[in-house]
Amino acid sequence: MILQLIISSIVAGSIYALMGLAMSITYKASEIPNFAQGEMGMVSTYITFVALSSFGMSFLPALFFTLLFAFLLGVFLEFAFIRRAKNPTPLSFIIITIGFQLMLYGFAGWKWGADQRRLDLPFSETKTIIQAGDVTISELNLATVAIAILMMGGIYLLLNKTKLGLAMKASQQNEKAAQINGISTKRILAISFGISSMVGAIAGILVAPIITLDPSMMWDPLLKGFAAAVLGGMKSLVGVVIGGFMLGLIENIFGFYISIEFKSVVAFVIIVVILYFKPEGLFGKHYVRKV
Amino acid sequence: MRLKLKQDYFEDIELFEDRVPIFWSVVLLGFLFALPFFVKSYYLTILMLMSVNAIVALGLNLLVGNTGQISLGHAGFVAIGAYTAVLLTKAGAPFIVSFAAAGVVAALFGILLGVPSLKLEGPYLAIATLAFGLAVTVIIGRMDFLGGRMGVSVPKLSLKWTGLKYDTSLYYLIIIITILLTIFTRNFVKSRIGRAFQAIRDSDIAASSIGINLTKYKLLSFGLSATYAGLAGALWAFYLGFISPTNFNFILSIMFLATIVVGGLGFVGGSIMGAVVMTFLNIQLENITDVPILGSLIEKFSEAFMMHSAISNVSWVFTGLILILIVLFEPMGLYGIWLRVKLYWKTWPF
Repeated sequence: MILQLIISSIVAGSIYALMGLAMSITYKASEIPNFAQGEMGMVSTYITFVALSSFGMSFLPALFFTLLFAFLLGVFLEFAFIRRAKNPTPLSFIIITIGFQLMLYGFAGWKWGADQRRLDLPFSETKTIIQAGDVTISELNLATVAIAILMMGGIYLLLNKTKLGLAMKASQQNEKAAQINGISTKRILAISFGISSMVGAIAGILVAPIITLDPSMMWDPLLKGFAAAVLGGMKSLVGVVIGGFMLGLIENIFGFYISIEFKSVVAFVIIVVILYFKPEGLFGKHYVRKV
Repeated sequence: MRLKLKQDYFEDIELFEDRVPIFWSVVLLGFLFALPFFVKSYYLTILMLMSVNAIVALGLNLLVGNTGQISLGHAGFVAIGAYTAVLLTKAGAPFIVSFAAAGVVAALFGILLGVPSLKLEGPYLAIATLAFGLAVTVIIGRMDFLGGRMGVSVPKLSLKWTGLKYDTSLYYLIIIITILLTIFTRNFVKSRIGRAFQAIRDSDIAASSIGINLTKYKLLSFGLSATYAGLAGALWAFYLGFISPTNFNFILSIMFLATIVVGGLGFVGGSIMGAVVMTFLNIQLENITDVPILGSLIEKFSEAFMMHSAISNVSWVFTGLILILIVLFEPMGLYGIWLRVKLYWKTWPF
């Protein structure tokens, strides 16, 4: 049984890690915690749904259009709202993203209604791939973990091995110096919002078959992903991934052995306790601010 | 032109700058007290809701606007206050006891939450407070003697001695408490503690270097803010007559934050304006199709492109849009607009 628990923790953890990574990318670039991340993923998932069911596309083109839409949505958020803020404080960014979240939530509810819909992916939840003893791994579980690991690798390569990643790092560390070196920091920020929105869209597509597709489906994954990112240290990619898997593990083990009702609360309480002893997260670097 | 120049440091901490605001305050008070004799009780209930929201906003603004800490879990404190009051009233305690207890219990939880929050800032603090808000509703939902997830009905207050209708006397009760708390807050932010809060907001390192005890004042700010929320929770429970854990969800915490941002961070007047406007908007947006011109436009658009049966979701779109526009174009909120208009007329025609 413990093996099955670990498997479901890994599946949940990879979704939390993806959401956490999506939040971490924008947070690294601009110190903005994007509360709209979940809703952006949710609307993108609806795009997949529309492409699959209304236009009858096959999965890959639908995925392509979804990612394109998600990228544009992220760029739109930065270009239309984040960039326009006058003398912003951290709180005003939080309010802007919460406002965008409410707008998207309302829009999705208005356009598609509150009905719970089924998103049909090429990999299904009911088909079992591996069955050994009392351990079952479904096609969907395997695909979720595989896609998540692929995405993590991709993000790592993108941020550490490409020119774009270097430019993102430069504009985050010292905006003026980056501008002097010919980096358009605003465009870089818009692109990082676009990329994080794409990661969020993938997470949304993976979440939708597990819990049905409806406008509030990303509430829980967003909060858990955010919590995972905070647990690991918002600015450390490795930390975010480890935080995601830890959160999945804590939640599932506690939910099985002690109480299923309190499982998400306990996860949060543990995070608060850990933050008390390590305020910058488990793997975050400690910054000393100057006056 | 009638500009008054300050000549003394103590003029900075006066409650009223000159006699004009006193006059208008008295007019407003008279209006509020005379209102029950003229309008239907429906409007009284709206005003009660506004007042209760204003109390939460006053407290949250002390924490967010004045001390610079963020809280995404204030609905949790409101819930704690509401349930404390209900529990004590059911046990037979008089109103004043259960009301005070609601504040005290919420304050204890506020200080409890404040302890881990001392070291945290930004998104880390946001997650910690959010976790608290979620935990409160789940735990209350589990406790059967609090009614569990089904909720609990609130016993009516014994307000017979006033000789008025129940609604009217409840209205007077809530309005009087709101006015007292507003005056207290206005004085408080100008006191030594209030100014310490603002120093922490502007720069906590600089504040601690001039001898402000960060631990003490941050805990005090959390505790005080939670007290307001608890008191408001008690009033809310008596106003609604029935409460359940779903009343106090994450959205409510966000709406409280939205209220003070729209009103104006760090201004007592901003909290009141925000509460009045946001409560009014929430009620209006629920029936957006009744609004002239805009309503019919939205209805046509909805019929053509959207799922028409789900048109009530438009209110979310508008709430979100209002939040964003306020932050982008008027960071000081409605109170900032009011200050600008006032300054324009005071210095007119220059």
